[in-house]
Amino acid sequence: MSLESATTAAGAAQAAPEVNPVPAMRPWPLRGRAGTWAGFALILLLAPLVFSSDLSVSMLSQIGIAIVACLSFNMLLGQGGMLSFGHAVYTGLATFVCIHALLGIASGAFPVPVSLVPLIGGLAGAFFAILLGYVTTKKAGTPFAMITLGIGELVAAMVLMVPEFFGGEGGVSANRSVGKPFLGITFGPPLQVYYLTAFYTFVCTAAMFAFTRTPLGRMLNAVRDNPERVEFIGYSTQRVRYFSFIIAGFFAGVAGGMYALNFEIATSEVVGAGRSGLYLLFTFLGGATFFFGPIIGAILMVLSFTLLSELTKGWPLYLGLVFILMVMFAPGGIASLLMMNVRLAAYRKLGRVVVWYPALMATALVMLAGAAALIELFYQIQLGSGNETHTSVFGIGLDTQSQASWIGAVAVLLVGYALFELVRRRFGRVWGRVQEEIEAQVAAREGR
Amino acid sequence: MSSKYAVELKDLRKSFGKTEIIRGTNLAVAQGERVAVIGPNGAGKSTLFNLISGRFAPSSGEILLNGERVDGLLPYEINRRGLARSFQITNIFGRLSVFENLRCGVLWSLGYRYAFWKFLADLKDANTRADELLQMIKLERKRDTLAMNLTYAEQRALEIGITIAGGASVVMLDEPTAGMSKTETARFIELIRDVTEGKTLLTVEHDMGVVFGLADKIAVLVYGEVIAFDTPDAVRANARVQEAYLGSVLADAQVAEGTRLHAGHPGH
Repeated sequence: MSLESATTAAGAAQAAPEVNPVPAMRPWPLRGRAGTWAGFALILLLAPLVFSSDLSVSMLSQIGIAIVACLSFNMLLGQGGMLSFGHAVYTGLATFVCIHALLGIASGAFPVPVSLVPLIGGLAGAFFAILLGYVTTKKAGTPFAMITLGIGELVAAMVLMVPEFFGGEGGVSANRSVGKPFLGITFGPPLQVYYLTAFYTFVCTAAMFAFTRTPLGRMLNAVRDNPERVEFIGYSTQRVRYFSFIIAGFFAGVAGGMYALNFEIATSEVVGAGRSGLYLLFTFLGGATFFFGPIIGAILMVLSFTLLSELTKGWPLYLGLVFILMVMFAPGGIASLLMMNVRLAAYRKLGRVVVWYPALMATALVMLAGAAALIELFYQIQLGSGNETHTSVFGIGLDTQSQASWIGAVAVLLVGYALFELVRRRFGRVWGRVQEEIEAQVAAREGR
Repeated sequence: MSSKYAVELKDLRKSFGKTEIIRGTNLAVAQGERVAVIGPNGAGKSTLFNLISGRFAPSSGEILLNGERVDGLLPYEINRRGLARSFQITNIFGRLSVFENLRCGVLWSLGYRYAFWKFLADLKDANTRADELLQMIKLERKRDTLAMNLTYAEQRALEIGITIAGGASVVMLDEPTAGMSKTETARFIELIRDVTEGKTLLTVEHDMGVVFGLADKIAVLVYGEVIAFDTPDAVRANARVQEAYLGSVLADAQVAEGTRLHAGHPGH
């Protein structure tokens, strides 16, 4: 039984318009994909050897955490059609529980190995999902989204109201190198924490992928596509959502536990709406319609937080811009853009479109330069409050007082846009023709 | 199947607000019988189906499935007791493949419930059954096509496939041939006959050709009441039915379609 269509793949939030239907990809059952998984494990193993500075290792750990968090979020969004605005509740509460677990380990009151803390986080996440998910999963669609938002606010408020457990504004902190060293491993050095994080990341990713191939996982897709029909084939949609929600809560909790080990502190921010929003944003950017999409999103999340924020203070503006463009033009996220090209490659037609990519990118870059110059100029007005008027984009100096800067920025943007449109239209025709040819091939094969 | 009757309705009533749509319906469908429910628009045919399948709870009265009370139960509870239905508007899982659609339909009946510790690929019985269904509805070549990319007639066939997948003994089809061409309809009746072999069948249908070709018995529903329940010939001859519904439908059909109906049904 090796034929399994890429159904896990399919589906995004109900908000996403149903364009670009995901083609039935060639099946990739779990056992036949040993290569992919070995590659993933190898990357996790070798990454800190390539990126070996303390900052990079810490970033790699954060990427691992974000991968598990975003994948668990996408269990709801991509696979279940449940748009949650409160996923940080489950990662965040687990972080708090794990910080207290670390404190307990330190005081000797809670004698477990530090390496099991993420698992404790998972159990905590599942526990809160059992408790709160019972309410949220009673409903689907918009009411579900509303209730998760409400519960998110509730928990965020509660965290500040119970300082005995949550530490109020300052949060609670703990020390991770408290357990008895095992073979010299204290989890003090970042590299040791990284490998623990990488281990959990790998196991959780594999487990979440496996979930998509189980009866519950498939019925979750069915509930996403057509909840009403599910009720008439023997399943309670509420149970399907609830059980899946608990499992997603478990993995969210593991991510929260890893967070506790990496940062050794939990503040009210970890359960906040801001963090929930980030999971949503980056899962969507990565691509909710494919299993691996959120992995791309998670990597982008950490990179934009650490690198992009170094590059420009206005980085949230760029992020917002990218998000809007993505929702409008590529609702399947980066993963679906990638898979469209993979599909073309499978039909040996990739070459005809690839030749257009340099031109598309070059013109898009001109457009971006213009937009970036404007964003930076506006940002400088707000930031420099009139005193500091200089800023720069791509090493080109700009001045908020100079007309040339403003006019130049607008000109670059407009010229970039015009060129981009020109290229895009021609590219669109080529793309359309290639798609038609593929459709014809598919139809011929199916004997329509 | 302890009971002589697969489906029994006893003084069934359903009101929406002050409007009573189903007004004291009585009906007893024997095991293995093929029953077509006909009636003018607004007679309550769809509501009746929705009541029996659990989509709505009745206002009063009883619904018995194989002798067991099921009124007030939820759709999935009724489905687990052996009743499955299809929908007038195609109701499939668009972003799942045809095969996955059918497999979803068989999972509960084979006892896999909410399992997340078993791989679908290892469920031999479910996969075999789904492939059998695929053959029955003649969509083998579309096995891995996403359901939303099927043609309309194919989607209707898949709809029937999902409905019978769980092995229910009572099958209700809500206008299975609606929107199909004449040739498609003829082929489709054969399909329905094949896949519901040995089952109790209830169907709502407007196409009189389908009704007389498929049903052992016809129930005529007019304004929420069953005014006749008999063999096709007896129903055709029934003066009350003629007056209330069938006469006008047949007359309309004859005016509209000329001699085609005559040729198809020499009874007139």
